Amino acid sequence: MAVKLERNAAGRKVPLDINGRESVPFKGVGKHRPEGSKAAPRVASCIDYPADGDKRVASLKEALLRVGLADGMVVSTHHHLRNGDAVGNLIFDAAAEVGAKDLMWFPSASFPVHANQIGHLDNGVIHHIEGSMNGPLGAYCSAGKMRGLGVLRSHGGRWQAIQDGEVHIDVAVIAAPTADFFGNANAVQGPAACGLLGFALADSIYAEKVIVVTDNLVPFPCLPWQIQGNNVDCVVEVESIGDPSKIVSGTTRITQSPDRRRIAELAAHFCAEAGIMRDGFSFQAGAGGTTLAFAMYLAELMRAENVTARFARGGSTQHMVEMLDEGLIEVILDGQTFDLDGVKSMREDPRHQDTSPFTSYNFHGKGNFASMVDVAVLGATEVDLEFNGNVVTHSDGRLLHGIGGWQNCLAARCAMLLVPSFRDRIPVIVDDVTTVCGPGEMIDVVVTERGIAINPRRQDLLDAVAGSGLPIRPIEDLKAELDRICGVPARPTLSDDPVAVVKWVDGTVIDTVWRVG
Amino acid sequence: MPEHGSKSASVGPQGDRVRSDLNVGFEPTSGALTVDVTSKVDYLYGEAIESAVRRVTDAFAVTTGRLTVNDAGALEWVILARVECCLRRAGLDGPPVLPEPAPGADVPRNRDRLRRSRLYIPGNQPKLMVSGGLYGADGIILDLEDSVPPAEKDAARLLVRNALVALDWGASERMVRVNQGAVGEEDLVAIATHNPHTVLLPKVEDASQVVRAAEILRGLAGEEAAFLMPILESPAGVHRAFDIATADPLVVALTLGLEDLSAELAAPRTTEGWESFLARQTTVYAARAAGVQPIASVFSDIENEDALAAYVHRERGLGFDGIGCIHPRQIPVVHREMAPSEAEAERAVRVVRAAREAEERGLGAVAVGSKMVDPPVVQQAFRTVELAVAGGVLAEDWDAEA
Repeated sequence: MAVKLERNAAGRKVPLDINGRESVPFKGVGKHRPEGSKAAPRVASCIDYPADGDKRVASLKEALLRVGLADGMVVSTHHHLRNGDAVGNLIFDAAAEVGAKDLMWFPSASFPVHANQIGHLDNGVIHHIEGSMNGPLGAYCSAGKMRGLGVLRSHGGRWQAIQDGEVHIDVAVIAAPTADFFGNANAVQGPAACGLLGFALADSIYAEKVIVVTDNLVPFPCLPWQIQGNNVDCVVEVESIGDPSKIVSGTTRITQSPDRRRIAELAAHFCAEAGIMRDGFSFQAGAGGTTLAFAMYLAELMRAENVTARFARGGSTQHMVEMLDEGLIEVILDGQTFDLDGVKSMREDPRHQDTSPFTSYNFHGKGNFASMVDVAVLGATEVDLEFNGNVVTHSDGRLLHGIGGWQNCLAARCAMLLVPSFRDRIPVIVDDVTTVCGPGEMIDVVVTERGIAINPRRQDLLDAVAGSGLPIRPIEDLKAELDRICGVPARPTLSDDPVAVVKWVDGTVIDTVWRVG
Repeated sequence: MPEHGSKSASVGPQGDRVRSDLNVGFEPTSGALTVDVTSKVDYLYGEAIESAVRRVTDAFAVTTGRLTVNDAGALEWVILARVECCLRRAGLDGPPVLPEPAPGADVPRNRDRLRRSRLYIPGNQPKLMVSGGLYGADGIILDLEDSVPPAEKDAARLLVRNALVALDWGASERMVRVNQGAVGEEDLVAIATHNPHTVLLPKVEDASQVVRAAEILRGLAGEEAAFLMPILESPAGVHRAFDIATADPLVVALTLGLEDLSAELAAPRTTEGWESFLARQTTVYAARAAGVQPIASVFSDIENEDALAAYVHRERGLGFDGIGCIHPRQIPVVHREMAPSEAEAERAVRVVRAAREAEERGLGAVAVGSKMVDPPVVQQAFRTVELAVAGGVLAEDWDAEA
């Protein structure tokens, strides 16, 4: 396949044509402004909908017929139920039944449970996926088996693409833990309660057609409504939208690994020593084991120094809720709820606010929260000597993870990567990342079990922690130690056959994922 | 023809859950030696792994047979140890192929160093060893005894030997716990010349056991022979504590193992510890009388930090200088609890300053205010100041203001 490639401002070769659409190579941070008016669905009229508000249809199949699913359409789903999600699979099973072909699946993220779609990619129901591809789907895409190019976007980038018209959703399918027949929906009640539906919000507003799928239908009105029924075409009741036990996905346990705890502890102490942790500050922490431990150590330091955070952005979990209850945090701005304590707190505590990628991350918003956060702690698969970060591919080039909110969180005043220096002999600090997901100028600090590297662009941070006793080391020094411990790695050879692209938060293409094997 | 007398052998863990380790298998064949490497990291280290394997087979002059390596991201020192062990199990022999020495592998030992915390790391789990030096323990013990099953003693011995060479133990004392009896003597022979700082001898009941270990170490390492820390874990050992502590000048510390002792006493180990009170006191008295450090037993409930703190506080009160740890998170708790209080530190500083002043003025007796201070108190004050600095109670430059 002959693809026209161009070298972008990150020095990476990227395709100029993505699935038949012209694309813009990454120009540098803050250099690109898409223009024009915001995209919108066609005008709807209430006279075309039941006056009694009852939009129920009998099955997913009937709903797809009702909304006029046709070959080549874009169908979106959402990942609030994470690896417990059933709806993402059921809807494509139904699409296959109605004979649809060449659909584009536009999930806000996919999980291993969605390996089901491999059958639909093989049988032609799905043409390609624009969204994160993990596990079996990642392997499928990496092997070059998908017909179109995969497109990986951040949570904010997804909203950007919807709003500036890069992606036009034909049918949005929203798994709703609770809904009424009009289509009002929330995620704080019901057997599959998962907290919030922020990732589906853009889809509910901008998609041509919206289907709400629920296993907990309540009489109108469903309160609160996180999704407004006024945007919804039809409502389908199913036996189960997913397995509630898998909402937690095992991600909310604080790590027991001594190395990871050390990383988390060093990061928390860094925040204290650098003066980031001060009264009224804010932080962002996800649900990975290391970032949970970070929050735990940070809480200890906050307690000891009598410091309160004005807000924390999460990824809420039991641990963050405990900090709210203890008064260490005044407000939680929650983008996705990782455990049942988080769901309960969101339902009952007005200081626990649900948010969406619009409020938190959207490039086309008139500002967003991500850049207002004092410190964000994130993971990575690799980081290089220029502080460029990779979060989507393994060092052998295989697609492993989605971007999530990772790129968006880099906008924080201090973006920190909490990473082991190597994993089973595979160095995390490398000469050049396999895939650039975050440009080095946005990554301020790399914390490993062997020391903390501060981006030389952040002289202020270097000055702030001088003499603190923290193990601050040049990143080259850490890399040299890894070369000694692990051996100097060979450079894996990648093919020149693109299988996916990684978008930057503004919609430009920052790097390419190449076929492996 | 197959190598003379060789047989099939295998070493190392197998299966999907293995991380940072490898399995090595050997089959005698009459054909030329083949090496099959399967590795999760072959795209980065495939050639490096094969070359490490070949260095060992070359050293052993293996020319026939089939060697199979299944690697899950093991570091080179682990690969070298596992291949060597496999070939030895196959009945072959040759000189060890040692990894590149880490910076710090030649740090000299220090008889009187602080031994507040010592972290046990199983000698057959390389993944746990790699970061051992990062946690700030006063000592790291690579354990060949209780944490290694009998069938793995040979493999662990080579791993520990290579770890002594290849790993950077930071500021921690480089310690090894060997086995009892003949297996223990093989352990000593394998590690003696690789700069172990201190060797822990399990279940010592008689001074002759210490003498024997000291002979082996001196015989191989001469002046560089490792120090010894006998472990008393039976009533007989406790009964002969002083003889054991004074058996050889290489002994620097005396410790006890309460789990085994309780079993032999037929008195279960309790939180209060009355069943071992005499043993603990005897250890402290014998060690102090012999001029070596008394070190307390391990605390094994890693989740319960408060109980650990209480335990350390109590053992320190009995006169012990250190505690055994089985998880890195216990280390800061131990260091905190082993540190003197601010009042103790201030008193000690006054004594230390007075002693220095007396020395400068050429006075024989030390006085704080109008009170004379006896030499043992002066000595203890220096120790307290050292502990206070290590525990963060006194600043490193505490005497700069003087």
